[in-house]
Amino acid sequence: MEFFRIHRDIPFMRHALVLNVVSLVTFLAAVFFLATRGLHLSIEFTGATVMEVEYATGADLGRTRAAVERLGLGEVQVQNFGTSRDVLIRLPLRAQSGGGAKQSEVAAAVFDALCKAESGTVVTKQYTTPQGEQISRPSCSTGADGEPLKLSRTEFVGPSVGEELTWDGIKALGMTVAGIMLYLAFRFEWKFSVAGVVANLHDVVIILGFFAFFQWEFSLAVLAAVLAVLGYSVNESVVIFDRVREAFRKFRKLNTREVIDHAITSTISRTIITHGCTLMMVVSMLSFGGPTLHFFALALTIGILFGVYSSVFVAAAIVMWLGVKREDLMKLTAKDGDPNDPNAGAMV
Amino acid sequence: MNRYPMWKYAMLVIALLIGALYTAPNFFGEAPAVQVSSAKATVKVEPALVGRVRQALQQASLNADFVALEGTSVRARFADTDAQLKAKDAIGKALNPDANNAAYIVALNLVSRSPLWLARLRALPMYLGLDLRGGVHFLMQVDMKSALTKKAEALTGELRTLLRDKNIRHAGITRDGNTVEVRFRDRAALDAAKSLVGDQLPDLVWTETPDGDGFKLAGALNPKAARAVQDQALKQNITTLHNRVNELGVAEPVIQQQGSDRVVVQLPGVQDTAKAKDIIGRTATLELRMVDDSAEAAAAAVGSGPVPFGTERYVERGGSPLIVKRAVILTGDSLTDAQPGFDGQNANEPAVHLTVDAKGARIMRDISRDNVGKRMAILLFEKGKGEVVTAPVIRGELGSRFQISGRMTSVEAADTALLLRAGSLAAPMEIIEERTIGPSLGAENIKVGLNSVIYGFSAIAVFMCLYYMLFGVFSTIALAFNLLLLIAVLSMLQATLTLPGIAAIALALGMAIDSNVLINERVREELRSGAAPQTAIATGYERAWGTILDSNITTLIAGLALLIFGSGPVRGFAVVHCIGIATSMFSAVVFSRGLVNLWYGRQKRLKGMSIGQVWRPDGAAKAAVEA
Repeated sequence: MEFFRIHRDIPFMRHALVLNVVSLVTFLAAVFFLATRGLHLSIEFTGATVMEVEYATGADLGRTRAAVERLGLGEVQVQNFGTSRDVLIRLPLRAQSGGGAKQSEVAAAVFDALCKAESGTVVTKQYTTPQGEQISRPSCSTGADGEPLKLSRTEFVGPSVGEELTWDGIKALGMTVAGIMLYLAFRFEWKFSVAGVVANLHDVVIILGFFAFFQWEFSLAVLAAVLAVLGYSVNESVVIFDRVREAFRKFRKLNTREVIDHAITSTISRTIITHGCTLMMVVSMLSFGGPTLHFFALALTIGILFGVYSSVFVAAAIVMWLGVKREDLMKLTAKDGDPNDPNAGAMV
Repeated sequence: MNRYPMWKYAMLVIALLIGALYTAPNFFGEAPAVQVSSAKATVKVEPALVGRVRQALQQASLNADFVALEGTSVRARFADTDAQLKAKDAIGKALNPDANNAAYIVALNLVSRSPLWLARLRALPMYLGLDLRGGVHFLMQVDMKSALTKKAEALTGELRTLLRDKNIRHAGITRDGNTVEVRFRDRAALDAAKSLVGDQLPDLVWTETPDGDGFKLAGALNPKAARAVQDQALKQNITTLHNRVNELGVAEPVIQQQGSDRVVVQLPGVQDTAKAKDIIGRTATLELRMVDDSAEAAAAAVGSGPVPFGTERYVERGGSPLIVKRAVILTGDSLTDAQPGFDGQNANEPAVHLTVDAKGARIMRDISRDNVGKRMAILLFEKGKGEVVTAPVIRGELGSRFQISGRMTSVEAADTALLLRAGSLAAPMEIIEERTIGPSLGAENIKVGLNSVIYGFSAIAVFMCLYYMLFGVFSTIALAFNLLLLIAVLSMLQATLTLPGIAAIALALGMAIDSNVLINERVREELRSGAAPQTAIATGYERAWGTILDSNITTLIAGLALLIFGSGPVRGFAVVHCIGIATSMFSAVVFSRGLVNLWYGRQKRLKGMSIGQVWRPDGAAKAAVEA
């Protein structure tokens, strides 16, 4: 079977202006939401204590919240996590607490309070797993074998760590963008380099815009996903640019717009199939990966979809608006006949 | 044209075999084991312990799969938990006759079930990260400022002693932050001091400033010395943490430096944060006391008389009892450094060099002057129990720097120095990040991670096989080979697998198929423009290569950025991402080509091949290349 039976070049660039206006509006909206709502940063960046508690039966959020609030720890968030039995509690950093030990005692105090709310007491439970590993953990017991809630996970991050992570994240983003720009400039010429980076930064801003608009949690894993997708979708632009160069050489009669249309048309089948495959994997992660991988997979999904769109309509269009001419690329013709040209034959 | 030389096939088969070999240990799961580790800083786990454990098991007629020394612990693996529990009791009784003063920690544990011969080839399973296994994670910040202050304090004392020894008159020595300041009234003293400290205290950089009608000499630690102090503080803290964490009986504790001033502690399987923190935060103390060498004490030592008033009975390292006075001369706080080295006079004789601070030096001088020829004991207290590390004889008057030498091998000297330092942390630490993951959550994470890889992989495989027919099958096999190689490389590197790591594996597979799609599309395109099948394969692969390289380079740039700036879970993601790019290039291009060559390469007159329908825009030529 073959999905793409294309008779003649599709005039992608005919609607470039309209789509670019749409892009610009989406981009500005994303910037607007980022500016007004901001990202809902995970505790890795902000520093805080997070506890995940698993209740034996459905959790009563109201009771949990009341129990935690009684401790007077400031603004506490209580919410379901994944299932109705799992509850996530986020405790802010206490303003004056410098000591990590103090902050981590908070988790124990909260667990104690939650346990009391279920009329149990905290004891240290010692047991051996079926595999034969000794475990001793604090558990909430109501006497006769009952364990109304279990502590699945606690996480405490101090304030200094977060600041550093933010910086490292910005540096990683900067290095990726700079690296890609250099690569594109070396591989083609500056107009392509600018177009590629603008298109892909547009993707990044839009992904971030989604996270700001829906107030999805932005964690380190999401940042990793954003960067991975950035590297991945730039490649799409490279493939199209490659074809543009080739078409300029091959079809002397076509004007710039037609050349770009031709380049996109001849790569569209590959673009959609590869992205479709990657998307299958990512959607599988989104559906089976559980709550921990949820936002990571979500960022990838949005990134891949927008990656396809922006490579075709944004990157190619910017190259067109920047007025790329046959002469720009003809400078490279000296290399054309070179049998050792490492870039020769790089096309789809 | 579509034939590989023999060596290329051989290379692929070898890669396949190595991949399979190193991936295999990950599938054996874990077996119950008993782990024996040292309970005290003064007890070392040595190869001889393996024999003792074996003997204990023999006496209890228990059969272990193996007993082996791994790192700082001895492990014995058992077939079932029943034998494991019995073994724990048997070993515990044999090694720790006195339960209240246990020398070894005997704990239940898990080790890989993979056969021994695999382990001998260093084919070991990947470590599971805490998010997959459950456990505690701490990130601790070492307070470097206090380490530097401590060093400056020690140098201040040294300077004072130096100037006094050389009879240089000064108008006061003070420490201001990390700088040492000396005031002088006259030029001559300043010059004398300057030439003296230049030789004797090379760690300090001196600057001279006028101070009222006198002079001031300020010395700051030079950057190299400061770095050395920080490095050493970090190393000492890590060593101390190791000693303490051993007590928890954790199978694979991770204690690592992170950045210039942080330590990561990961304790898989541990759920009890409070206990872990208690153990990590505990301070062992060091005390210097005089040995009582009176006749009564000698009698008490052999057990024939009561312990004299004002003394205590301790056991020396090596086992012989010693009667030590209760009065403490110095505590570990005064000891600023202990380094193994060699005797000043006799360069072949190993020695331990000790440095004490100014206050300590004064006390040492007084005590040693009055007690030449007597023995002084250095005691290490852990968990409230003391033990004599060493009890040397005082040979003369001691100052701020002195040495212990005689009847020591260089290994013993190093051990003693370590023990003297291990007593305390070089600089205080603060927990700045803490994570606990319950065991059920870990199991759940493994399940969801595997599921997403399996379902994603299956979806891609089904699609590729339907869309590209036989070439799709080749691509799928190449993708499976990629997965195999990726896991093999990660196992060889003994990487820690985390949930983001599994996600990176899934993503790497999703992106790796890109290369095969490129190749298949290109081959189809060649066929479409009328190339003969064999030519289409060759040119298809050749032309696709440039694009594959391109796509991987841009992905790699992002991967490297993450690797450099990422930390913790993101680093794990980045490692897998980068390795995945390398393995995917190999498997998608070289391996899949190998399969294609093997299948089609021999047929001289190849009429068509199975790459799915090749549609032509003119509609004239039909899809002729269906095999």
